Amino acid sequence: MELIAVFLPLVAFLIAGLFGKKLGHGGCQVVTCSAVIIAAFTSIGLFLDVALGGQAYTTTIMPWIVSGDFSVNWALRIDTLSVVMMCVINIVSACVHVYSVGYMSHDNARGRFMAYLSLFTFAMLMLVTADNLLQLFFGWEGVGLASYLLIGFWNHKHSANAAAQKAFIVNRVGDFGFALGIMAIFVVFGTIQFDEIFAAVPDHAEMTFSFLGHDFHAMTLIGLLLFVGAIGKSAQLGLHTWLPDAMEGPTPVSALIHAATMVTAGVFLVARMSPLYEYAPDALQVVAIVGGTTAFVAATIGLTQFDIKRVIAYSTMSQLGYMFFALGVSAYGAAMFHLVTHAFFKALLFLGAGSVIHAMSDEQDMRKMGGVYKKIPVTYALMWIGSLALAGIPPLAGFYSKDIVLEAAWADQSAWGHYAYWMGIAAALMTAFYSFRLIFMTFHGKPRASEKVMSHVHESPAVMLGPLMLLATGAILAGFVFYQSFVGSSAHHGADHGKGHQVEVVEELHEAAEQVGEGVHNISKNVTGADSVEQHADAKRESEHEEADGDHVAWAKESFWQDALFVKAENDTVEAAHNVPMWVKKLPLVMGVLGIFGAWLAYIKYTDLPKKTRANFAWLHTLFYNKYFFDELYTKVFVKNAWRIGRFFWVYGDQKTIDRFGPDGSAGLTQRFAGVLSRVQTGFIYHYAFLMILAVIAILSWFFFKSGLGV
Amino acid sequence: MIEFSLLSIMTFLPLAGCLIILMIRGDEETVGKNAKYMALYTSLFTLAFAVYMVIRFEPLDDGFQFVEHSGWLKTFGINYHMGVDGISVLFVLLATFLTPICILSAWSSIKTRVKEFMIAFLVLESFMIGTFCALDTILFYTFFEGVLIPMFLIIGVWGGKRRVYASYKFFLYTLLGSVLMLVAILTLYAQVGSTDIPTLMANPVSPEIQKWLWIAFFASFAVKMPMWPVHTWLPDAHVEAPTAGSVILAGVLLKMGGYGFLRFSLPLFPDATAFFTDFVYWLSVIAIIYTSLVALVQTDMKKLIAYSSVAHMGYVTLGIFTATVVGVEGAVYQMLSHGLISGALFLCVGVVYDRLHTREIARYGGVVKNMPKYATVFMIFMLGSVGLPGTSGFVGEFLVLLAAFKVNTTIAFLAASGLVLGAAYMLVLYRKVVFGPTEHSDAASMQDLNPREFWLLAPLVVLVIYFGVFPSAITSITSPAIEKLVSNYNAHLAASAEAVDTPLQPLENEGH
Repeated sequence: MELIAVFLPLVAFLIAGLFGKKLGHGGCQVVTCSAVIIAAFTSIGLFLDVALGGQAYTTTIMPWIVSGDFSVNWALRIDTLSVVMMCVINIVSACVHVYSVGYMSHDNARGRFMAYLSLFTFAMLMLVTADNLLQLFFGWEGVGLASYLLIGFWNHKHSANAAAQKAFIVNRVGDFGFALGIMAIFVVFGTIQFDEIFAAVPDHAEMTFSFLGHDFHAMTLIGLLLFVGAIGKSAQLGLHTWLPDAMEGPTPVSALIHAATMVTAGVFLVARMSPLYEYAPDALQVVAIVGGTTAFVAATIGLTQFDIKRVIAYSTMSQLGYMFFALGVSAYGAAMFHLVTHAFFKALLFLGAGSVIHAMSDEQDMRKMGGVYKKIPVTYALMWIGSLALAGIPPLAGFYSKDIVLEAAWADQSAWGHYAYWMGIAAALMTAFYSFRLIFMTFHGKPRASEKVMSHVHESPAVMLGPLMLLATGAILAGFVFYQSFVGSSAHHGADHGKGHQVEVVEELHEAAEQVGEGVHNISKNVTGADSVEQHADAKRESEHEEADGDHVAWAKESFWQDALFVKAENDTVEAAHNVPMWVKKLPLVMGVLGIFGAWLAYIKYTDLPKKTRANFAWLHTLFYNKYFFDELYTKVFVKNAWRIGRFFWVYGDQKTIDRFGPDGSAGLTQRFAGVLSRVQTGFIYHYAFLMILAVIAILSWFFFKSGLGV
Repeated sequence: MIEFSLLSIMTFLPLAGCLIILMIRGDEETVGKNAKYMALYTSLFTLAFAVYMVIRFEPLDDGFQFVEHSGWLKTFGINYHMGVDGISVLFVLLATFLTPICILSAWSSIKTRVKEFMIAFLVLESFMIGTFCALDTILFYTFFEGVLIPMFLIIGVWGGKRRVYASYKFFLYTLLGSVLMLVAILTLYAQVGSTDIPTLMANPVSPEIQKWLWIAFFASFAVKMPMWPVHTWLPDAHVEAPTAGSVILAGVLLKMGGYGFLRFSLPLFPDATAFFTDFVYWLSVIAIIYTSLVALVQTDMKKLIAYSSVAHMGYVTLGIFTATVVGVEGAVYQMLSHGLISGALFLCVGVVYDRLHTREIARYGGVVKNMPKYATVFMIFMLGSVGLPGTSGFVGEFLVLLAAFKVNTTIAFLAASGLVLGAAYMLVLYRKVVFGPTEHSDAASMQDLNPREFWLLAPLVVLVIYFGVFPSAITSITSPAIEKLVSNYNAHLAASAEAVDTPLQPLENEGH
């Protein structure tokens, strides 16, 4: 079953890639969509078996690299962590595949586009099912490749090519750290297979390792090196500059790769390596601080951007920051929970934005939008759901996951935990603000687009709205359905303080969910020609309901995660998070509401407020608007200098030193030689042959001489 | 019978092809055409023998196989001694595999002196095979240096505008190395009384002499590799050589240096190798970083790929001199993989060069629009060169870095920066050539791969991916021989260390 879930997208990619011309665009679309949809159902089946049924296992396919004492297999590790990721990847990917059929319908390379999407899906699945670090690295670079291909999909555009290239190279910087981390693990543990590493970690807890001439605590060093990889892939502060530029890719790509799945690979990596990170508290501290800072910085930039996709991109970066500081306080379950809910509502937001862009004749600048909510009501409603979920408003998914992340950060009771908490709180305020700034600027107010554009504004076809509704369902339900299993308290039900609140909310939610579910159902019924999508959505909803019923009774987080995550008992912040003071729990929600209210004030009520604020805080605005000048800095320090040094080596190293004192040493000799050669062009072989003969004669005479003496 | 002289048959079959080509009579066009077909059939025949050899090769046997031994210059104890082990057998296959590809790639781009070109190529093939099969130092030397003659011709006669300068440079560098190597071989003979490689392996010379001999051999192999700072002949040679010449130069000739290190430096001079290890590490790291940066600023496609070859060869020398199974295996893998990938990259350059007659990167752009097949194939080789997991380029690079990390983290750290720089120059090249708006109408109107070009590149695509996913296809053949090489090396070092520790007890040891 796991083979189907992982390799079917590869098969689809190969078919669509190799025979794309024969199949035609339609053929490619059918092949890839059906493959990924089947893979999605298979993953849900696996989820039921493994996460709820407790049947984790590993399937070895064949050996990969075997050399000396190093050996590594192609193998699929199927445990709760990987099946959760597989479900997220395959479900979101299926939505994006179907959506792309509509979104790319005017593109004359849409068959190739579908093939790339399937390739990405395969690579991502390999990443999450890897049973060793090298296969994970294979998936890791594979998704990087797919990302490169898809960002640069419109390869006639300079900006798209530049963005694709930047994404690949910046990610390579992270991979450089990651690769060193893998090597360090091999040198320390003698293996890179997860089970064997995890079993050996406690024995190596106090080990030191000499790196670059300094002695480091081995686990901390490894944790930090791997985290460098995560920083790159998950666009954390320092190596984040590629993510906003990656928005050059078609919008479905942004939804799938740069929001829901690939960028969360770093989070997955740290969660996967939790048995090691638990013995590297200093590394975790760095993770928490980087995560908290990223959450805050990205949110500040998000406040000022005008490109609708870039706003969402910065919000992704900020939400990834949340996940990382959750990891940093050992709240791996919370991080994974936020990963899952975020995948749904962020993919929804991106695809919704795509629907807007589609409606507005490919306009992405929010300053040229406005006043379209009546014309595209379904998209509008769906964007509301996504934004409310992102802002952390109950009962939507983001509320549950963001709360538990922040509570866990507080519950860590450490300086960096508190730092992350306050950064997260500030970011929560800004998140709600810019999300609704986006809603209000895009949909409300007077239309700012040209009349021609406005007259073309139309609701997207069913093939695009269907997947959106499925994602919206996820954005609504994923939170409370999975709360207990992912991060629920394992203490006795009702005994702790937070429980009453929990039950109450759950009950309310059941009602709300049913209503919303019906609503979605109705809408999708109105849309003609979306049968398959609708059925799919139904099936998904049903399965979620089933899971939900099971959840409350039997599945606490320990039996859910089993051995897939490891937390030392004294670090169990997810458990402690249920017992934090009430104000800690309520503050994120207050911030969310305040943010939305602020956005309403600034963009609906007093529309000259943004201008005044900008004037009063000009330097701050310049800083935020220009993304803290990271790009300028990197261009100046790294890019320009690499070229400068390269040119210096070439001109002064190769030509003016090596060649000048080497082969060009004697200009006269060169001339003479050249003269001879040009006279008898084909003759110069004889010069060499002559030399060789001379040498052979020399050998022979030497030997004669020697043997003559010897005999 | 075939068992007995398989290696000789392979070595001299191309020369027999030459003789037949020499006998072709007729007007120039007919001669050229017949010469082409004759050369192609000869090289395919040779390839068939090579495939047969690899099938019959016994991977678990770590010694030399298909051994041939007969007197040659008996008076001096110089024998005709041929044989292959797990290290050399695949290089023979690589050489015989790339030769027909080169001949096909030259099919329509070589228009003058076709007959001579084909003869030069077959002679070249013969000498390459001989180099990898020879088990006698004099025999090795003859083939190893003999390779230069047809290569000179190929660059000097069918080369570009500055071919005279390029061949002169090539000459000067290699002459320096080969003279020193010859002296070293003679010294070895004087010391041990034999030119036979297995005999020399069994009778190591004293550590002091080893150092001098090591340096002499190193001079020759370092130039061939090429290692920094004796690499500057390579970009010029590549730029001036015709496509087929570049392919064989990058694909096989560069590997002869690495092969030399494995056949001579490590087994014959283990003490000196250990002594010079750090020196080679630093040269390798400089090669990786320095030439990658230089590659970044190139405006000529072939020069860029040539510099990237120097960087990739830096991994090879690094891996070899870790003297660990993983490192050496990685180095051998990297050489074989680079043989395929860089050869393929030069073929890709050749494809567009044949259409536009310029290697200037800026003259291209937007090629993907009319040449989607070409763009796809080029992309796969570009990714292989970048070392993407799943391509053969990754396996060697990773194993080398892993081995280097074990022995010296600083070196591994610096060498791993090649991951970033390598991605940078290749992506920049690919983007400028293939992507972007079409700015030059002649570049935009180029035709996509014709069937000949496609089928030339297709096997390379398959192999690059196949060896990325199933590396054991190669490592199962190379492993036993490499394990033996490394264990002999370590045993010798341990013995030397003991001898130093207990200098006064040699007699006692003899008594045991």
